[in-house]
Amino acid sequence: MSVKTLKIDGKEIAIEEGATLLQAAKEAGIRIPTLCHLDGITDIGACRLCLVEIAGINRLLPACVTEVSEGMDVQTNTPKLKEYRKMIIEMLFAEGNHVCAVCVANGNCELQDLAIEMGMDHSRFPYRFPERDVDVSHDEFGIDHNRCVLCTRCVRVCDEIEGAHVWDVGFRGAAAKVITGLNQPWGTVDACTSCGKCVEACPTGAIFRKGATVGEMDRDRSKLDFIVTARELKQWTR
Amino acid sequence: MDITELQEIAEKERANQKEIRVHCCTSTGCRAANSMGVKKNLEAAVKDHGMSDRVQVVGVGCMGFCGNGPLVEIDSKEKLYEQVTPNDAESIINSLNGGGIPTAPEGDLKHPFFARQVRIVRETSGKIDPERIEEYIAAGGYQSLYKVIHDFTPQQVVEEITKSGLRGRGGAGYPTGLKWATVAKMPPGQKFVVCNGDEGDPGAFMDRSVLESDPHRVLEGMAIAAYAVGASEGFIYVRAEYPLAIERLEIAIKQAKKLGILGSQIFESNFDFKVNIRIGAGAFVCGEETALIASIEGGRGNPRPRPPYPAQHGIWGNPTLINNVESFANIAAIIREGAEWYASIGTEKSKGTKIFALTGKVKNNGLIEVPMGITLREIVEEMGGGIPGGQVKAVQTGGPSGGCIPASLLDTSVDYESLAKVGSMMGSGGMVVMDQDTSMVEVSRFYMEFCRGETCGKCIPCRAGTVQMYQALTKIINGEATEADLVKLEELCEMVKFTSLCGLGQSAPNPVLSTLRYFREEYLALLKQGVLNGKVAVHG
Ligand SMILES: Cc1cc2nc3c(=O)[nH]c(=O)nc-3n(C[C@H](O)[C@H](O)[C@H](O)COP(=O)(O)O)c2cc1C
Ligand code: SF4
Ligand code: SF4
Ligand code: SF4
Ligand code: FES
Ligand code: FES
Repeated sequence: MSVKTLKIDGKEIAIEEGATLLQAAKEAGIRIPTLCHLDGITDIGACRLCLVEIAGINRLLPACVTEVSEGMDVQTNTPKLKEYRKMIIEMLFAEGNHVCAVCVANGNCELQDLAIEMGMDHSRFPYRFPERDVDVSHDEFGIDHNRCVLCTRCVRVCDEIEGAHVWDVGFRGAAAKVITGLNQPWGTVDACTSCGKCVEACPTGAIFRKGATVGEMDRDRSKLDFIVTARELKQWTR
Repeated sequence: MDITELQEIAEKERANQKEIRVHCCTSTGCRAANSMGVKKNLEAAVKDHGMSDRVQVVGVGCMGFCGNGPLVEIDSKEKLYEQVTPNDAESIINSLNGGGIPTAPEGDLKHPFFARQVRIVRETSGKIDPERIEEYIAAGGYQSLYKVIHDFTPQQVVEEITKSGLRGRGGAGYPTGLKWATVAKMPPGQKFVVCNGDEGDPGAFMDRSVLESDPHRVLEGMAIAAYAVGASEGFIYVRAEYPLAIERLEIAIKQAKKLGILGSQIFESNFDFKVNIRIGAGAFVCGEETALIASIEGGRGNPRPRPPYPAQHGIWGNPTLINNVESFANIAAIIREGAEWYASIGTEKSKGTKIFALTGKVKNNGLIEVPMGITLREIVEEMGGGIPGGQVKAVQTGGPSGGCIPASLLDTSVDYESLAKVGSMMGSGGMVVMDQDTSMVEVSRFYMEFCRGETCGKCIPCRAGTVQMYQALTKIINGEATEADLVKLEELCEMVKFTSLCGLGQSAPNPVLSTLRYFREEYLALLKQGVLNGKVAVHG
């Protein structure tokens, strides 16, 4: 396999042919922000955060799906790119309903991390406050569409790694959402093996393991009842 | 089938044609105005008058003057009747015997609307019955296909198309010969030819008209392309909203197959070409080539990043040639008349003709095929007849991906480069004429609303950006916006244009950008209005 040499942010890099710019940058210790990319599944170039400038090419290209070529001169962090990325993140916050303080993913969320990385402290764009559902019909997991950024990592991980293809994208534009089965409650989709790969793949708090969410503390009040009345009822186990 | 048989069919058909052909448009526009009723009565009248031996009523494709339909043309007498009702039929047939004048208004075929057209793609549209292959063959059809299979190497076909200077009519204007050469150069094996008939631009109906009026012309172009690039299978992608086009294509494919013009061993050669129809659900984004491929494969019509281009990696990973309906419909004429002839029409970089759907406030609405290099003024004022009692304010071309060209630039030449230079684009052929009462901010919001509804939602800039731009425009129109909002709108436009994945998002800001460029004062007036109405506070 032949080796290509290129420059990323002025740094000389040699990497095998067929590698993506994202891989090359990673190897060189250069961070390019990503959201729809996840190691191990097919890249789709959808979130546009990893866009980079390449000398001699008059459009921005996504690093996750662009292969290295000999002599490329790549810039990953120009003021323009930074500005575009920040706007993209701001639009994501305005598009869904993100209340980090009560979110399962708080402190452990790629969207939150990106916002911090971009230095975003508020969204310049008006919040849309869309009405979106929560589906907790599955025994073990739930999905809160309010926090979904439509990265489709769940769709791809389920299709490509688990081979179950439970997830898909339904509808268009602002109404687009990830769906399970033929847009039916997740819990009714027989194809789901409950492997939990989508939970691991989701960058935000959209897909979660039940019992993890804020406000989901189960109180077993009947337990008190049992303790108080056990002797009287001579009922020693519950 | 060989060439003598083809010629025999043509001669037999011509011999059978009656002295007087009464053409009645049976395409979608006129059909909606009851042209089928007109046709029925015309036929009955011919019978009643005992004229069946010399008069023939032919249901033909679109004649172009759809705004004044139903249209009836007496071919040999060069007479055109407009807005014909079934009750007028009798008087039209009677007039052929010298008996009185028809009760339907007579159209003026010498009017620039007709006279200034150059018909290559629409050569036989409105002249032949699209449901009979014999009529297409009688008009010289399928001779070009025969010619390339027997006299040309695939390489020579590609060279001929390259020399003609034909560029893609689907909007972007990519050189057709170059695209064919790329697919032809891919290693032999399974390759596909795809005809893009998705036509999602609001107001556009050029491709529908071509498919309905002359389906064989498109099939012939596709077959020639398949021969040139080494493909043996093709798809025509048509939206479900075009049932008549689909029906006529089905008929055309069946007839061509029966004669051995499509299918296996075409014209007794070892060239095979099978055509399938794929019906789209009417999403604008499915016209984008990678989304169209995904849709043909049975998946969700989402675009994907390019490269790889369809020419290398198309349907099921095979090299795929995608061209627009109108692009394919040019091919047979180029082969028949030669590349030099074609290249002699148009401007230096834009050759041939382009069909436009002329609509809006102009007097004459309809489809026109004009040579490249004609000016917008000639189209709007001469052919379109201007705006009765009004003034042209702007001309919109390119639909949701294009822009508004102000009246001061009406002398702009209609070619790919000139239209791009003034901030619009050729597009697929929508042309909307606007008058002084049109609010340009409303116009840009209209197109943004369209894009907002049609974005596939895959990439964030387009999905969320169109929503935000639409909202910003609404705020401006409602007089609730400040200058800061205008600045934000411009920043959004820039970001969406440069970061979106596919052409839909990349060009969605164009209507806003072009109206900001030429009609900025209208935006500013609305900002001022907001301050006057007390809806917006004045800062510092
Ligand atoms: C959002 C979008 C919609 C499009 N719609 C159409 C269409 O309806 N018909 C078409 O021929 N091309 C359409 N195109 C262009 C196609 O992607 C492609 O460039 C074209 O079919 C190539 O054919 P041509 O080279 O003959 O123009 C569209 C492109 C975009 C980005
Ligand atoms: S998904 Fe992330 S950004 Fe959204 S509310 Fe949860 S923690 Fe915050
Ligand atoms: S649910 Fe999670 S993984 Fe799936 S698209 Fe939404 S944010 Fe991405
Ligand atoms: S630009 Fe719009 S239509 Fe194109 S991929 Fe992105 S979201 Fe979909
Ligand atoms: S990571 Fe490359 S586009 Fe999302
Ligand atoms: S539809 Fe009849 S003239 Fe166009």
